[in-house]
Amino acid sequence: MEKKMDLVQKNLLEQVAGLHEIPEGAYNIRANGEKLGRNTTANIDIVSKTDQDGIDIIIKPGTVNESVHIPVLLSMSGMQECVYNDFYIGEGADVTIIAGCGIHNCGVDTSKHDGIHTFYLEKNAKVRYVERHYGEGDGNGENIMNPQTIVHLKEGSHMEMETTQIKGIDSTHRVTRGDLAEGASLEIHEKIMTHGKQYAKTDFSVDLNGDGSSCNLVSRSVAKGESKQQFFSVMNGNAACAGHSECDAIIMDHGCVTASPQLTANSIEANLIHEAAIGKIAGEQLIKLMTLGLTEKEAEEQIINGFLK
Amino acid sequence: MLELRDVTYEVDDNNDNKEILKGINLKIDEHFIAITGPNGGGKSTLAKMIAGIIRPTSGQILLDGEDITELNITERANRGISFAFQQPVHFKGLTVKDMISIAAGRDMSVNDICDILSEVGLCAREYIDREINSSLSGGELKRIEIAMIAARGTKLSIFDEPEAGIDLWSFNSLIKVFEKMRDEINGTILIISHQERILNIADKIVVIADGKVEQFGPKEEVLPALLHTAKTCQTLEEKL
Repeated sequence: MEKKMDLVQKNLLEQVAGLHEIPEGAYNIRANGEKLGRNTTANIDIVSKTDQDGIDIIIKPGTVNESVHIPVLLSMSGMQECVYNDFYIGEGADVTIIAGCGIHNCGVDTSKHDGIHTFYLEKNAKVRYVERHYGEGDGNGENIMNPQTIVHLKEGSHMEMETTQIKGIDSTHRVTRGDLAEGASLEIHEKIMTHGKQYAKTDFSVDLNGDGSSCNLVSRSVAKGESKQQFFSVMNGNAACAGHSECDAIIMDHGCVTASPQLTANSIEANLIHEAAIGKIAGEQLIKLMTLGLTEKEAEEQIINGFLK
Repeated sequence: MLELRDVTYEVDDNNDNKEILKGINLKIDEHFIAITGPNGGGKSTLAKMIAGIIRPTSGQILLDGEDITELNITERANRGISFAFQQPVHFKGLTVKDMISIAAGRDMSVNDICDILSEVGLCAREYIDREINSSLSGGELKRIEIAMIAARGTKLSIFDEPEAGIDLWSFNSLIKVFEKMRDEINGTILIISHQERILNIADKIVVIADGKVEQFGPKEEVLPALLHTAKTCQTLEEKL
C-alpha cells in the first residue's frame, strides 16, 4: 500500500524536484527505502528490480514530450542505501528525467544514499536529465551521497545532464562515465557549492568513440569555509570528435579546490580542449556592485547566485 | 552640491611617496561638469575618490553639506552617488536584467528595462538575458554601464571616460546619449573626458593636471584655450 508524505518529506521533495505535490505523468517516489508512490504511462514503464534494490525505467521508442520524476527522500537519521536505477530510452524518444535526492538528518547517525544510474540511449534518442542533491538537519549526523551516472549513447543520440548540489551534503563522490557512438553528443553542466568542512569530489570519464561525437562538460563550483573540492575529468578522443571541458571555481574563506583535467587524443582527428580557472571573487566585481548600493556581503551573494545560476 | 576641500592622495611608490592629488579644492553644483586634462594627471583618481573606492590621504569630501570622507562605497552609493567604470566589469552568470535590477534597487519588468535600455540605444529584447561578459562588444558594455547609472537616477552621476575603448560609430551615438541625459536627468553629471564634443555640452569644465586644478570655469572660457593648446587630430575632427 502506498503511503502519504509528511511535511519534512514534502519540503525535501520541493528542494530536489521543485514539486509541491505528487507530479503529473510518470514518477517513482522513494522515501526511506520504500516506494511512496509510482505512476506509469502508456509510453513509460517503471518496474522494480528483483535481483537488487532499484527500478528499471523503460521508455518506448518515439516517446516525445514526456517526463519522469524519480525523487528519493531520506528523512530517517542513519538511513543508508544503495540503489540501482536503469533507464532504457527507445529509438527517437525525447524525454526529460528529473532525479534527485533530499536528506533530512536530525539525528547523530550518518545518512547515506548511493544512487547508481545507468542510461542506455538508443539511436537518435534525446534525454534531458536533471539531478539535484540537497541535505538538511540540525543533528550531528552526516549526509553522504555518492551518485554514479553511466551513460551509453548510441548513434545520433543526445544527452544533457544538469547536476546541482548546493547545500547540506557533507561528503559526495560523484562519478560520471560515458561512451559515445557516431554523431552522439553529451552536454554536462555541474554546479556545486560546499561550505563548513564538506568534501566533494567529481570524477568524469568520457570516451568519444564515434566520428562526429562530442562532449561539453562545464563545472562551476564555489568552495566556502573549510570545504574541499576535487575535480577530475578524463576525456578520451578515439575518433574524429570534439571534446571540451571547463572547470570554473570560486574559493572563499579557507576553501580549497583542485582541478585535474586529462585529455587523451587517440585519433589525429580528435579535437580536445580543457579550461580551468580557480580564484576568489574579483575585487572589481564587488566594488561595482557596491557602487550600485549593495553591501559587500550582498554583493558576494549576488555574484555567487549569478555564477551558479 | 559636491565639495572637495584640500583633498590630497599619496601612494607609496617603491618607498618614495608620490603625490597623485595635491590639494584639490572644488565646489560643484552645476548640472553638467566635464573633467579633462592630460593622462596621468589624477582625473580617474579623483572620480574614484568621490565614489569612495579610494580614500584621500587628507582633506574632506562633502555632499550637500554632509562630510562623506569616512563613508564607504555602499554608504556613498546610498547617499546618491553613482559611478560608471572606465572599463566595465565582467560577470559570470549575471545578466543585463540582473544588473539593471540591482542598480534600480528593485526587480524590473521587461517594460521597465526596455525604457532604460532604449535610453542608451539598445533593444531590451536582444540584451535582457545576455550575460555581462566578453560576448558583448566594448560599445555595448559601455552602454549597459551607462544604463545602470540611468536606472539609479541619483543626484550625482560620475562617468569615467565613457568614450574610452569604443569605436567611432558607437562614439557618435554615445554623444547623443549624453546630450539626452543632460536634457533629462535632474542632478549633477560629472564626466571625465578628452573629447571635445563632450566638453562642448558641459556647463563648466575642470582641467586637472599634475594632481592640481589647473582651470575651472564656464565652458565658454575654458574650452577655447584648451583647443588652442592641444589641437586634436584634424582628420578625426572632420569625421566626428
